[in-house]
Amino acid sequence: MNAPARNLPLPDSRPASSGCLNAPVLREHGQREVFCGLTGIVWMHRKIQDAFFLIVGSRTCAHLMQSAAGVMIFAEPRFGTAIIDERDLAGLADANAELDKVVERLLKRRSDIKLLFLVGSCPSEVIKLDLSRAAQRLSRRYMPDVRVLNYSGSGIETTFTQGEDACLASLVPELPEADANGPPSLLVVGALSDIVEDQFRRLFTDLGIASVDFLPPRKSSMLPAIGPRTRCLLAQPFLSDTARALDERGGLYLPAVFPLGAEGTTLWLKAAAEAFDVPPDRFNRVIAQPEARARRALEHHHEILASKRLFLFPDSQLEPCLARFLSRELDMNIVEVGTPYLNRTHLAGELALLPEGTRLSEGQDVDRQLDRCREEKPDLVVCGLGLANPLEAEGMTTKWSIETVFTPIQGYEQAGDLAEIFARPLRRRQRLEV
Amino acid sequence: MQLTLWTYEGPPHVGAMRIATAMKGLHYVLHAPQGDTYADLLFTMIERRDHRPPVTYTTFQARDLGGDTAELFKTAARDAFERFQPEVMLVGSSCTAELIQDDPGGLARALALPVPVVPLELPSYQRKENWGASETFYQLVRALLASRVPPAGVDRALRPDGRKPCCNLLGPTALGFRHRDDVVEISRLLTGLGIDINVVAPLNSRPTDLLRIPDADFNVVMYPETAATTAQWLKRAFGQPMTTVVPIGVNATREFIAEVVALAGLAPDLAGSDDVGRLPWYSRSIDSTYLTGKRVFVFGDATHAIAAARMAEEELGFKVVGLGTYAREFARDVRDAAKRYDVKPLISDDYLEVEEQIAEAQPELVLGTQMERHIAKRLGIPCAVISAPVHVQDYPARYSPQMGFEGANVLFDTFVHPLMMGLEEHLIGMFRDDFEFHAEASPSHLGHSAATPQPSTETPQDVPAKRTDPVMVSEIIWKPDAEAELKKIPFFVRGKARRNTEKFACDRGLEVITVETLYDAKAHFGR
Repeated sequence: MNAPARNLPLPDSRPASSGCLNAPVLREHGQREVFCGLTGIVWMHRKIQDAFFLIVGSRTCAHLMQSAAGVMIFAEPRFGTAIIDERDLAGLADANAELDKVVERLLKRRSDIKLLFLVGSCPSEVIKLDLSRAAQRLSRRYMPDVRVLNYSGSGIETTFTQGEDACLASLVPELPEADANGPPSLLVVGALSDIVEDQFRRLFTDLGIASVDFLPPRKSSMLPAIGPRTRCLLAQPFLSDTARALDERGGLYLPAVFPLGAEGTTLWLKAAAEAFDVPPDRFNRVIAQPEARARRALEHHHEILASKRLFLFPDSQLEPCLARFLSRELDMNIVEVGTPYLNRTHLAGELALLPEGTRLSEGQDVDRQLDRCREEKPDLVVCGLGLANPLEAEGMTTKWSIETVFTPIQGYEQAGDLAEIFARPLRRRQRLEV
Repeated sequence: MQLTLWTYEGPPHVGAMRIATAMKGLHYVLHAPQGDTYADLLFTMIERRDHRPPVTYTTFQARDLGGDTAELFKTAARDAFERFQPEVMLVGSSCTAELIQDDPGGLARALALPVPVVPLELPSYQRKENWGASETFYQLVRALLASRVPPAGVDRALRPDGRKPCCNLLGPTALGFRHRDDVVEISRLLTGLGIDINVVAPLNSRPTDLLRIPDADFNVVMYPETAATTAQWLKRAFGQPMTTVVPIGVNATREFIAEVVALAGLAPDLAGSDDVGRLPWYSRSIDSTYLTGKRVFVFGDATHAIAAARMAEEELGFKVVGLGTYAREFARDVRDAAKRYDVKPLISDDYLEVEEQIAEAQPELVLGTQMERHIAKRLGIPCAVISAPVHVQDYPARYSPQMGFEGANVLFDTFVHPLMMGLEEHLIGMFRDDFEFHAEASPSHLGHSAATPQPSTETPQDVPAKRTDPVMVSEIIWKPDAEAELKKIPFFVRGKARRNTEKFACDRGLEVITVETLYDAKAHFGR
């Protein structure tokens, strides 16, 4: 077998095409089969190890977290819910006092908490419970031991990964001011698994980029500095509000393709390398080996994925990046790319690399989208947990999209793992004889 | 406001979904924001259902709140009717929609759909999942049957001679704890007694089936949590008697048989069945001697907790040291049961409180829900799951009922499996430093890590502080040789030995524990 993945030309050597950059988007309003932003807490609370996420919401919010977290895989999680009850609904002053009591009980139990997020929910937004004032009040009371911040993960305002965006945006005003005359520094923005972070840190060091920080940090005491000399490189495609907040602090946004796959990782690193004037030959020398390794890892999955037709339901906003990776590096045919929200600025590089004519949809009307999916009969459907088993029962092969959020998939060393996520359901279907 | 890490029940609209998903020909239009669709995966993932729950979520967003969310509801309801063509539609609100007060019932009426529409009022800030399921089933049955209720004073017609008695099975839902298998087991039991099954509801029934409910001679209330309200109304409205015994355990199943035989008007000698399964002999066989007096803590929904406690005491010879439920609606039943075992009933849906009580009771086995499995893991105590809330593991591929004599067989295995086997216990008691049967060993059939106390990295100060009274302990010093002697006691009883000894010393005002104190305490407590 030849190895098309290895021979894939880099985008700058391709004939000029704007891909899907200006492609029309099917915008839909209807039932959305997606999580709300609260769900982001499931990974954020593992990432920031001394933070606690207190949802101010209803029993539904608590139940969602429990179900989304795979029913209690954590012995005692660093998240919880202050459940609003009918007494709180009677008057707002009362609700604030109640919240103070809950926080007091929580902090007494958990002296390891250094950063407390009050997370707004649909009910708290609708009754207009002012969590930013509550956070200020509680910060005054518990600083310097505990910093209290707030953001909204409500379903009426956020979809799934937008919860991480809102959380990080709430952290930005807390970042210390960077020295305006200091050397330029790089800030990588968006939660990555620790192993991926370490790999990237090594690559940046090899490139000669000395000062690299990550947001979110692993501990709240390690908040990175920001200022006009900070170059911000997004590691996740769903960080609209965070990018805006960083811009307000003077951070310089580096447009880039996201680090999924061999090509994606190279382009992402290249955006940083150019901003830091890394000589091209040094760049090529540093990435040559890991990039070749990533392409080798992809070869294992090329045969089973190539020319298979893929349908992506909206979930994490990673969908356009996944589609770009799967079409360019594994030669899959993309039927539809659904995304809850399409940020055309942050995704410009991705859209330009998507094959022309790819159907893009934003928002959702799940029943109509299912109609389209059934009509298209794709070989692989990427969708949420609520849809996967029913579609399997109809004879389709599915991959639950949440795995792309809970698995280390970024960077060269994970490129093969990312391809394997999509190859596995196809292999399984081939293998089963029942 | 209540601080909650884990919740035993979902909100009441999830209860309504359990009814809607159990049935066919029904569709539920739920006024709800984006994100509430998470509830679908309870059914498609945990229960591995191959269909989406028949629920349409209106999915309103912040920008809709200033506009017309009522219109959004009407559009969603109209579209859902056209697409799914249900025989009956349920409409209602989730917690957020309840706050914006759009009145789905009124809006749906205005649509004048050509099928019955049942509005559900499920107060999310007061009630919970099981209540929501019960209320939904009741509202549905009542809406369909209200027009057929005979006028007051009209007696129920007697069953014609020659027709076999028949009954309904009420209560099994989607996402129920082994409801699927219980229905099979109880149907088999009843037909074996000569009683026909008229309607099983809500599981796998259609609205048209519910119309036939009054045809039966009596109702079997399988799960009072979901069916008692409906059965009581059927009794009032149609004079249909209902069962009161839940057939979990050998003794309860015998009583249930006696009850249904009487309700069916059959000859009483049918009640003395010979085949009562394997549990009675397994419990009597000498291998089970080591089960005697094992301290067991029971927590769950009311039905399963009460039944498990009774089985544990009467049928396995355990000692119940704790009994509780998260189902406040059934608190009285659990309190009555707790009296029988002389324990303080625990009525709480606060996970942290349950954990505290379990730690304090020092059981050797916990029979609980997936939450207690977690607590028990932290405390290093064996645990079996006997009630919802559930996990994907609680939907085994094999036939695994809880009810009837086969259910008792299943529960015997369930209770005994997490424990160290009898002979194994002895070997560990005999040989402290054996490479295999050493004091830290877990039950050999459970692999390496199960039931080993695992130090929690999450809350360093939390659990240990609660397990023993710090004030009491701080004044008592263990002499090194006593400490060493304590270590020779197998881990699964060591905690109890330590606490007993400390209590013994404390009660006597001793400040130092010696080897003598350790054995004095052992003699005092008798074990």
